[in-house]
Amino acid sequence: MQFDLNDPNILPWLIPAGPLLAFVIIVLLTNRARWLPATSPEYGGHHPDYEGMEVPVVHASSRVASIIVGMSGAVTALLLALAVVTQVAAYPERFGKGVFASSVDWLATGAGAFSMGVLVDPLTTIMLIMVPIAVLCIFIYSIGYMAHDPRQARFFALISLFAGAMLTLVVADNLLLLFVGWEVMGLCSYMLIGFWFEKESAYKAAIKAFTTTRVADVIMLLGIAYLYAETGTLSFREILYNAEVLDRLASAPAIIFGSVSAAGLISIFLIIGTIGKSAQFPLHVWLPDAMEGPTPVSAMIHAAAMVSAGIYAIIRMYPLLAAGGDPHHGEFTSPLLLMAVVGAVTALFSATIAVAQNDVKRVLAYSTISQLGFMMAALGIGAYVAAAFHLITHAFFKALLFMASGSVIHGMEHGEHHVHEHAHHHKAHHAHDAHAEHDHEAHHKHFDPQDMMNMGGLRKTMPVTFYTFLIGGLSLAGFPLITAGFWSKDEILADAWLGVTHGYGPHALVFVLLALAAFLTAFYTMRQLGLTFWGEPRTEEAKHASLGQGAVSITMTLPLIVLAFFALTAGFVGVPPDFPLFGAIFSPQTNPFFDFVKYTLLPEFQPAKPPFNWIPVLTSFVVALGGIYAGYLMYWRKPLQAGQEDPLISILGRPLHTTLRNKYYLDELYHALLIVPSQWLARVVAEALDRGVIDGVLALIARVFTWIGDLLKVLNTWLIDGVGDGIPRLIGQFGNWIRRAQTGRVQQYLLFVALAALVIGIIFVVSTGLLQAAG
Amino acid sequence: MIPLWMFLLVAAALFCIGAYGVLSRRNAIAILMGVELMLNAVNINLVAFWRYLTPLNMSGQAFAAFVFVVAAAEAAIGLAIIIAVYRNRRSVVVEDVNLLKW
Amino acid sequence: MLEINGQTIAFFVFSVFILGGALGVVTSHNLIHSALYLILSLFGVAGFFVLLSAPFLAAVQVLVYIGAIAILIIFSVMLTRSMTALRQVRNQQWWLALPVVVLLFALLAVGVILPVWGAEGLIGSEPVSDIVATTADLGVALVDGNQYVLPFEVASVLLTAAMIGAIVVARDDE
Repeated sequence: MQFDLNDPNILPWLIPAGPLLAFVIIVLLTNRARWLPATSPEYGGHHPDYEGMEVPVVHASSRVASIIVGMSGAVTALLLALAVVTQVAAYPERFGKGVFASSVDWLATGAGAFSMGVLVDPLTTIMLIMVPIAVLCIFIYSIGYMAHDPRQARFFALISLFAGAMLTLVVADNLLLLFVGWEVMGLCSYMLIGFWFEKESAYKAAIKAFTTTRVADVIMLLGIAYLYAETGTLSFREILYNAEVLDRLASAPAIIFGSVSAAGLISIFLIIGTIGKSAQFPLHVWLPDAMEGPTPVSAMIHAAAMVSAGIYAIIRMYPLLAAGGDPHHGEFTSPLLLMAVVGAVTALFSATIAVAQNDVKRVLAYSTISQLGFMMAALGIGAYVAAAFHLITHAFFKALLFMASGSVIHGMEHGEHHVHEHAHHHKAHHAHDAHAEHDHEAHHKHFDPQDMMNMGGLRKTMPVTFYTFLIGGLSLAGFPLITAGFWSKDEILADAWLGVTHGYGPHALVFVLLALAAFLTAFYTMRQLGLTFWGEPRTEEAKHASLGQGAVSITMTLPLIVLAFFALTAGFVGVPPDFPLFGAIFSPQTNPFFDFVKYTLLPEFQPAKPPFNWIPVLTSFVVALGGIYAGYLMYWRKPLQAGQEDPLISILGRPLHTTLRNKYYLDELYHALLIVPSQWLARVVAEALDRGVIDGVLALIARVFTWIGDLLKVLNTWLIDGVGDGIPRLIGQFGNWIRRAQTGRVQQYLLFVALAALVIGIIFVVSTGLLQAAG
Repeated sequence: MIPLWMFLLVAAALFCIGAYGVLSRRNAIAILMGVELMLNAVNINLVAFWRYLTPLNMSGQAFAAFVFVVAAAEAAIGLAIIIAVYRNRRSVVVEDVNLLKW
Repeated sequence: MLEINGQTIAFFVFSVFILGGALGVVTSHNLIHSALYLILSLFGVAGFFVLLSAPFLAAVQVLVYIGAIAILIIFSVMLTRSMTALRQVRNQQWWLALPVVVLLFALLAVGVILPVWGAEGLIGSEPVSDIVATTADLGVALVDGNQYVLPFEVASVLLTAAMIGAIVVARDDE
């Protein structure tokens, strides 16, 4: 296949190439390290296990080089993506057919071949706007965040790979290439969550993430294989834009569970893949633990890339999911029902857990799970565009929130250092004050910089972080009108309400549960903001928390500002045209986002724009403002004092609160149901089967052969040596025996001569016949 | 005339008796006597054949004469050896002269 | 068969001398007796020579064998006196020697002599002619350059060597 360099279809291929190339270059070239003893301060304070060993710490030159290479990769991706997007915008008439499309056959498989290719259609385009911007912000943030980490170069390599995989997934034109990107991201999530592998909790979380998503991925692969078996292709163009194929799949019964159609079964398997990847109930357990990774990783995984990939995949496969049904007219296929139920339930379920978490990142983790539930539920009721819209806006404000929380933690650690040094000074001055030392040591051991209960009043020392966090939080809560989160959430509710007015059950379920979840979202967001930034510092560390001056602080605040901008304004591209006032300003003729994205689908699938209705809008207003007000009442008016307990505990009652804080004990349940039996099985197989049976058989065989060897040895000694030695011995004995003939007596010799002569004579006489002649 | 075979028979008998003496006597001198008997048997044969087969050609008698010479020389040496052995070992029993054994 | 005339009787008498003497030699316990029996046997051989028209050889037999060799044997017997009276005459292998010898005789007689020169034999036993060469012819034969002069001279050397050898071997070493 010739590559025509003037062909603009090449551009999409190059988008993931930048970050992937950056990964390769960093790994091969710019990852030089020098070896230091593990106790050296440059290695940080992560690990007593490595005492006495030498560990690699990256060279300063490699730090700089890897930053440059990584950033170049991200920047080229962004530039190319923008180039592609502008090209797309110039061809409005080609919407719906895939603006850029090219593919290459790479693996011949008998009749057909697996192909690799790119497809840029409206859905891809909006992803290509969001992903590179978010990724670039995260990269800039990482420069500051990982500035003193001993393995910085490796980090940049891995996030470059992550970004490259995400972009591959986005521009892919077939399920196989999408799955490749999917799995590479799974690998990167494992390596990045467990980046600080000296910490036991980190590597355990990495394994948990990988195995949980793997379970889902296997089922997804089954779905992909089944699809391939039914249609002989995995290309989006050939399946999703082909009404005939979709009809066939929808009408054929599935191979197993014959009550659903083939399309239904495939879709359910693919949805299960998303349930794993996007952390929906019941496979959500890995996401909170994934907070063990560095904050940029959390931002990447939980906002920009991995979980978005899951939602993107099912949005992409929507025609298959809806094949045979029409959610806008009340006919729901099983996959759609599954998504609606799982999504809505997850949204509410994780929102309830979030209100009881004290770790600043955990709150955000459960918030992510909840918002993904929103998206899945939206897709389940057929609100295609709303789901995509919420995906985009969520990516921006969630990435912002994660990075801002990372700044908070960084600041708290800075404060911790400060207090520590101060305490040392104090120790020097008050050498005989044993009490103070003791206190400090005890305090130092238990200090958790991520615990919100230790924070408070950070708005004074970290103002930029405060404002950006505030913007992000309000967007998440859906603060009316000015935040992007409002517009996307409102659209979902509007779509749901439309269905409620027509009397569709799933729509009603989704509407109610999502409204409740939105209320809780607003509440816990205000709680988080209040505990962290408002009031007075509750600990010494909080008092001294700050990001300091210099490049580090700039690299960590600049991305926040950029993302805050998007968190505010990204919503304005999707204002419904008949919305009072705002509609006239932003969408005079038509809802731009809606009209752009809807062309991704075939005409018969395209959703109708829901007409403006006051009820969903009012609902959005009420739940958002209500939740914000409730949070304000509890945490802002009377900010929490040092040592005071969370007022929520008294409201909910301690048992309920504890259950929520322990995540409904789901992890413990999984441990008992799945982990313990697997470990038992592994132990049994290893000891009884492997060591007992197999090793036993091998030992037995070895013994048999040893016995044969001994037998042969005996045979050898006895028989062969016997013969070999025996013959000479016999000869010797014979010689010994026969030498006695030499008696030394001449008469005996003579007698023998006489005997011999006699014998010869007899023979002579007999043979010459003299005897006969005599007669 | 006596048939030739009678002479030959006597000679054969004499030879065998001499052989018996050589093979079975213990005294070295007795063995020597047996050897002389055998030589005499040879001589009888020679002369008998000469007389009956080639009486004009003197080869038979010449041969017999040479046998006499050899017998005499051998008897002389043999007895000298026996005497020397007797002097050294005080025994003429042949069985005792067995140093060249295994 | 055989006519009984002087020759035949003489033949048988001399045969008895020979064979009887020989038997006496090999079986006698007393060594002097053996020597005397030997002389008897040698005498019988001399008689045979006469019968066979070889008078010179008969004389030489008596002179050399009986007169020299047998006397020499008697001298040796006397010089090794202490061993002449042995308890055991036969050695340990006589039981094998006897059959061998008998068989040998049987073989010679039956297998060789009689078939070839016997009465019904291949060649027969009659003398070729009655004209016999004389002693003078023997003398000539022994010194004739075309006949046996060389063995004659060698025999002389042999005798000389034997004589010297015997003296050397039997000499007392002091």
